[in-house]
Amino acid sequence: MNKVTQMLLVLTSIGILAGGLLAMVSDWASPLIAANKKAETEAAIFRVQSEGKSYEKIKNAGFEVYKVMSENSLVIGYALVYEGNGFQGKIRLICGLTEDLEKIKSMEILEQVETPGLGTKVTEIPFTDQFKMLQTSPMVNMVKGVPPEDPNEIQAITGATISSKAVVEIINNGIAQMKKLRDAGGLK
Amino acid sequence: MKKQVSLSKEYLKGVWENNPILIQLLGLCPTLAVTVSAINGLAMGLAATFVLVMSSLLISSIRKIIPNQIRIASFIVIIATFVTVVDLVMKAKFPDLSKALGPFIPLIVVNCVILGRQEAFASKNNPGRAFLDAVGMGTGFTIALLVLGGIREIIGSRTFFGLQVLPDQYEPWLIMILPAGAFLTLGLLLGISNMYTDRKKRTEHESIIAHYKRVGREDIAEQLEVK
Repeated sequence: MNKVTQMLLVLTSIGILAGGLLAMVSDWASPLIAANKKAETEAAIFRVQSEGKSYEKIKNAGFEVYKVMSENSLVIGYALVYEGNGFQGKIRLICGLTEDLEKIKSMEILEQVETPGLGTKVTEIPFTDQFKMLQTSPMVNMVKGVPPEDPNEIQAITGATISSKAVVEIINNGIAQMKKLRDAGGLK
Repeated sequence: MKKQVSLSKEYLKGVWENNPILIQLLGLCPTLAVTVSAINGLAMGLAATFVLVMSSLLISSIRKIIPNQIRIASFIVIIATFVTVVDLVMKAKFPDLSKALGPFIPLIVVNCVILGRQEAFASKNNPGRAFLDAVGMGTGFTIALLVLGGIREIIGSRTFFGLQVLPDQYEPWLIMILPAGAFLTLGLLLGISNMYTDRKKRTEHESIIAHYKRVGREDIAEQLEVK
């Protein structure tokens, strides 16, 4: 057999076989991956809206936000997924808001690439618990070194001011977007 | 005629004598990056081992029909296929682990341990030997990653496989889970493994000298001693 023909034949058949195998595996895996992702979002929504029983995605919002309902399908608040820049990369978080958007019920960081041991403390309970029942108007404020006084204040993590500030900014931006959406009637 | 190596040696050489991390210093990028915890090291090691074993088996069995000019391209396509399979399976079955290892699973494609074994071994030997070689190299890789990850996790976050092993009074050394900690730990491990190899070589050398002295060839023994 001609060398060139052999080269073409061998590489092409390897490619075709590889493609076929991958198609099979992907066929099997993609519904599982989608289910995992859905379960993950669902679990996060119910963690920040602990009384929630069902949820519904708000369409055409331009960002990810869910309406959360209680047992008797009354709207009890919203779960807002928002992201922004942290110290080294994107921070993505989920925030449970009351129905009037005036208070944060609970907050959790979903994704981050902050400095291990310093910036990653924003994912830990001492920091995230500060957001429980935090007032959002006029906006969330951050104080350094002293304990927070006002109902809309949280204390920054020592050594991770930029990460703490990033989280506060993401929340403020997200809530501002939510308020805009509400005023435009998009939360119905 | 090629020198025939015993089958057990074919396996064991990758575990210690020719360990991909400690001796060959190959595949250091994932080694340094993912070993912040023992479980990450173990998972990365097992994923790479799976890819290595499957590619070695396949490449060694079709080695005679792959023309020399396109061998690297063929190896890469085959390796990339297995890596994608691992990536998809992990995403589907172990989403947490897949998240922790992030982009380093897809990057196994360019892990030089794997391509290196195909080029140096699997493409020249029969599937049986290629399999043993791949399992051995994979074991060596996994052990090295597990040890690195274990040390860094214990010192850097006082846990081992997520279980606390050091008391609360111990303040974790953050540097150990930062990139610098990877270099420090790897450097120390390399030092220890070299120390061991050196000592072994010296005792072997001394036993040869002793042998010549015993058989009465003082001249050869003296010559060796100078070295």
